[in-house]
Amino acid sequence: MSEQGQAVIEFENVAHGYGGGPLLSEVTLSLAPGSFHFLTGPSGAGKSTFLKLCYGELAPVAGRIALFGQELDAMSRDDIARLRQRVGVVHQDCQFLDHLPIADNVALPLTVSGRDADPTELRELIAWVGLTGRLKSLPPALSGGERQRAALARAVIMSPDVLLADEPTGNLDWEMSLRLLALLVELNRMGKTIVVATHDLNLIRAAKAQVSARVLRIKDRRLLLAGAEL
Amino acid sequence: MDRLNRVAALLTGDSRSAQVVPPSGSAAWLTVLAAAAMALLAVFALALTLATGRLAERWSGALSQTATVRISAPQAQLEAQTKQVLDILAATPGIASARAIEPAETRALLAPWFGPDLPVESLPIPQLIEVTETASGFDAEGLSLRLKAEAPGATLDDHMRWRKPLVEAAGWIRALGFLALGLTGAALAAMVTLAAQAALAANRQVIRVLRLIGARDAYIGRAFVRRFTLRAFFGALAGTLPGMAAVALLPAASEAGGFLTGLGFSGAQWLWPLAIPLVAAIVAFWATRAAAFRMLREVQ
Repeated sequence: MSEQGQAVIEFENVAHGYGGGPLLSEVTLSLAPGSFHFLTGPSGAGKSTFLKLCYGELAPVAGRIALFGQELDAMSRDDIARLRQRVGVVHQDCQFLDHLPIADNVALPLTVSGRDADPTELRELIAWVGLTGRLKSLPPALSGGERQRAALARAVIMSPDVLLADEPTGNLDWEMSLRLLALLVELNRMGKTIVVATHDLNLIRAAKAQVSARVLRIKDRRLLLAGAEL
Repeated sequence: MDRLNRVAALLTGDSRSAQVVPPSGSAAWLTVLAAAAMALLAVFALALTLATGRLAERWSGALSQTATVRISAPQAQLEAQTKQVLDILAATPGIASARAIEPAETRALLAPWFGPDLPVESLPIPQLIEVTETASGFDAEGLSLRLKAEAPGATLDDHMRWRKPLVEAAGWIRALGFLALGLTGAALAAMVTLAAQAALAANRQVIRVLRLIGARDAYIGRAFVRRFTLRAFFGALAGTLPGMAAVALLPAASEAGGFLTGLGFSGAQWLWPLAIPLVAAIVAFWATRAAAFRMLREVQ
C-alpha cells in the first residue's frame, strides 16, 4: 500500500511476533504526510504492536521500517529519542507519571527536550481538551476519559508531524468519543498525519463523514486496506 | 571545558528534570548514611596511613645516619679502650663525628626503668659512643673487624638489625592503610550501585514513559546520577567532618606517647581528608551512571 508524496512511515515486508509464532507478517505500507488512517481488527490482532513498531518501542523480526525517511534499525538510541519528539503517541493506558500533576505531565515532552512550556499556551492546550479545572490534579484522580484527553494534549504539545493513537476512545462514552474525534480531525486539518487504532466501527463511520480517512485492517497477520463495508 | 560545563550542570541541576523521578524514600537516607559511615572510616584509615608514613620516614631518617659503639670491658680498661675506639673512629672515612655518652646521659636513658638516682659509676654499665655518619656512610664490616682487633671489648651496632624490621613494619601498616582506603571506596561504590539499582528498578515504569515521550538516555540517567552523586557527597561530608574532629581531639604527639599519640594529620595533611567527599561523589557518579545506563539499555 503506498500513497502519494514523501512517506512519513514506511513498512517493507515487516514481521513481528512475541515468540509464539508471528503476529504480523509481510506488512508493507507507506503513509503520506497529512493522511488520516484508522487501524482496525479484532482484539489481539496486533494493532498495538503495529503502533509500537511505528515509534520504535518494538523492533521487527524481519523487514524494514523507516520513519521520516530514516530506517529505525540503523538509528542510535538518541536518534530514536529525537524522532519520538516528532511523533505524538496516545497510549492505550495513557502512561502518565503519577507523581506529577496533569499540567506537568502534559508539558513533559517539552521538559525532557530541554524546553520550557509557555504557561499561557499550556493552559490553552489543556483547555482545548477540556481539562482546565484539572491542571493540578494527579493522574490517578482523573476519570478514564479525562486521562485520554490529557494523553492527547501531551501527544500534541510538541506539535508532532505524526500522531499515533491506540484505542483513544476505549474508556469514553459516545459523546466524549465524538469530542475526541473532533480534536483528531482538527489536528489532521492542521496537516498532521494521524493513525488511530480502534475496533469502534461507529467512530470510523463518524470520522469518514468529516475527513478523508482510509481504513487499514489487520486480518490473518496481514495488513489490508478495508473496503466499502465500513 | 565541555566536561567542566557538564559537571557544573550536574551540580547546579535542573529542578524540573530532577522532579521527573519520584523521591526514593528510605533508599536516599541509606545512601547518605552509608556514605557518612564510609567517609568516617576513610578519615581514620587516612590518618593511620599518613601517620605511619611519617613514622617510617622519621625512623628511617633518624637512625640511618647514626651508629653506636658499645664497650664492655673491666672498669680499669674502660677509659683506655674508649680513647682507643674514639681514635679509630676519628680516623675512619665516612664518620662525621663520634662522642662518648656522658654518665649523666646514660643515667637519663636508664631513668625510665631504674629511676633517677641510679649510681651509674658503680655499675658495670657499658660505655656507649654515639657515631654520626657522613652522607656517604662508612664500611661497617671493616670497622667491626678493626674494633675487634684493637679494642676487644667494643661492638659496633649500626642500627640496621632493628631499624630494618621497624621501617618494614611501618611500611606494611601504611600499605594496609591504603588497602583500607581502597576497600572503603569499593564498598561505597558497591552500596551506591545497589541503592541506585533499587531506585532504577522501582522507577522502571517512569523510565519507560520518559523514553516513550522522547527523553534521551543521558537525560534520564542524569536525573538519577545527580541525585546519588549529591547524596554521596553530602553524606561523605557529614562523615568526614566529625572524623577530622575526632582525629584533632587525639592527644598531641609526644616522645613518651610514641606512635599512638602521633596518629593524625600534620600541617598540609589536614587538606587530604577534605578530598574524601569529592572522591565519594566521583565514585557515586560513575557507579550510578554505570547502573543507570545498564538499566536503560533494557528499555526500548
